[in-house]
Amino acid sequence: MGMKPPPLSTERDEGAAVTLVEHGPPPAEPKEIARIRRREARQRVWRQYRKNKMGMAGLIILVFFVLVAIFAPFVANTCGLDPTCPSTGPQLAGPSLHYPFWFGTDDLGRPVLTLTVHGARISLLVGLVSTIITVVLGTVIGLVAGYYGGWRETILMRITDWFLVIPFLPLAIVLAALLGASLFSIIFVIGVTSWPSTARIIRAQVLSLKTRSYVERARALGASDWHLVTRHILPNVGPLVFANTVLIVAVAILSESTLSFLGLGDPLHTSWGTILDNAFGAGAPFAGDWWWVLPPGLAIVLVVLAFTMVGYALDDILNPKLRAR
Amino acid sequence: MNTRRYFVSKLLQALLTLAFVLAFNFFLFRGIGDPVTQLLRESRGDLSRSAALELERELGLDLPLPQQFVHYVGQTLQGHLGVSTFYATPVRTVIAQRVWATVLLVGLSTIASTILGIWIGIAQGWRRGSRFDQGMLGFTLFTYSMPEFWFGLLMIMAFSVGVGPFPAIFPTGGYSSTFPVYHGFAHVTDVLNHMLLPFFVLTVSYLGEYSLIMRSSLLETLGEDFIVTARAKGLRDTAVRRKHAVPNALLPTMTVTILSFGFVISGAITIETIFNWNGLGLLSFTAIGNRDFPVLQGLFLLFSASVIVANLVADLLYSYLDPRVRAA
Repeated sequence: MGMKPPPLSTERDEGAAVTLVEHGPPPAEPKEIARIRRREARQRVWRQYRKNKMGMAGLIILVFFVLVAIFAPFVANTCGLDPTCPSTGPQLAGPSLHYPFWFGTDDLGRPVLTLTVHGARISLLVGLVSTIITVVLGTVIGLVAGYYGGWRETILMRITDWFLVIPFLPLAIVLAALLGASLFSIIFVIGVTSWPSTARIIRAQVLSLKTRSYVERARALGASDWHLVTRHILPNVGPLVFANTVLIVAVAILSESTLSFLGLGDPLHTSWGTILDNAFGAGAPFAGDWWWVLPPGLAIVLVVLAFTMVGYALDDILNPKLRAR
Repeated sequence: MNTRRYFVSKLLQALLTLAFVLAFNFFLFRGIGDPVTQLLRESRGDLSRSAALELERELGLDLPLPQQFVHYVGQTLQGHLGVSTFYATPVRTVIAQRVWATVLLVGLSTIASTILGIWIGIAQGWRRGSRFDQGMLGFTLFTYSMPEFWFGLLMIMAFSVGVGPFPAIFPTGGYSSTFPVYHGFAHVTDVLNHMLLPFFVLTVSYLGEYSLIMRSSLLETLGEDFIVTARAKGLRDTAVRRKHAVPNALLPTMTVTILSFGFVISGAITIETIFNWNGLGLLSFTAIGNRDFPVLQGLFLLFSASVIVANLVADLLYSYLDPRVRAA
């Protein structure tokens, strides 16, 4: 595989020692050193990332969709979401060259382009927020189980295993059906049902980090659990969590589209999944109204593909040792 | 650890998980939504307060929660899953009527995608980096990113409705024709004709998962010492692949395959919905719309239980095929 050994950090340490002896400029504060090192690490990762074709392609697609989502009202008039708006067109018109009717209209005369552009906001928002819930839950549970061990680990991992066997979609459907259709419930449902795999990954990593000599050294020096976890364990779990997080966003966006398609989405907020749900409900596929079905689905595919590509690229760079061949 | 102790401990773990699912299922449906209150709200005045109380007594919902739980567990263990509020028939009957349609469609697609996926994965791993390998990796990434129901809708538009140049050669959905109704052998071909498109969609959606696992598992095996030995002995390429690499690489793929059979009956909720395939997936979808919580509860228990059973089978079979895991 041709792995390069990590750059030796002792050089810098020796340099600092030498400057001390030579009465040069006073050594930087430890915090300052850490800050510089972190910045250098970030730059190193970015240099490697730029060379990764798949990662860059994914990043470009993502930037495009994020910009579209942020500037949605400027890209496509918000008024077009309202069926009573004067800027809507004829019902179920096919694609035309006139902006914003490039993708035609739905059964209420709303431009599919406008729906898709504004759907990006909800789909990305749900994907990101539910991922945050997943990652926080998974990290805390994996960390506590791995770091403390003992009965805490037994209980937490048993619960994790239980959640792993519950089929995701049926659980999400039941929860969403019980909580009612709203943006909050769909975010909650995805977040609460997808943490177990993250928890397992984090726990495995913490178990191996816990026994490293620098952690033992810090413990011998009297570091508290809090200090050990926040200064030594978490920063080293970080890269793994980061790459994993990006992959989770992809899954969360797919889950959102599925749940919304099944009619569990928020009827007041248009996401890509709800557009497809509306199209299916109105019989668009059976009437051959392909322009109503194609754009939102294509948007989902592109965004999920982009997150997956970025996630794989990050995983390649940040976790070279764990890389699956 | 000896074989029997391993067997018993796995069995106990599965039973414990089943008990958890049972309890979880009960408190999920009782804790978040009280069925009668919900019925009252949904009926918007059609149901009187006293009738609601009557119903509550009938369903045993006026009892204290622990007592209800004991009652629920007892009923479930005897195979009683309650009565559907929409169909007004026992949930068990509702499920039994539809389970075979799902087993037929999803079971066949799972088998087809496993065989195809393993075959493709072997071809990919054996010629790593070839054009075929690259192409299949891209295809896998694409199918992974694609919501399967959207792919299904595209297929319906192309081959059932016939948009643009595509031929409308398949029925738009359903399990069999309602008019004319076929019998005997004609019925079988009729069902197959209805099944072909959803079968294709499911097989393509599942394919990537198996080919990816088979590929990486084969690559891992190819790095082992016994492969080097086999080559050093002067064995031909095909012999190395067929006798040494593939059988060993199949182990992890087989576990995943068995696990995925646990997901067969819950596997195709969206696909059954868009193809109007009258199985358990479509039943789940309609149960959401009908707020038919007893049916949802029964389905959820069945789905979880089948995954647990598949897990147990995978564990036991793996330990039989690879005795090393028993020692761990």
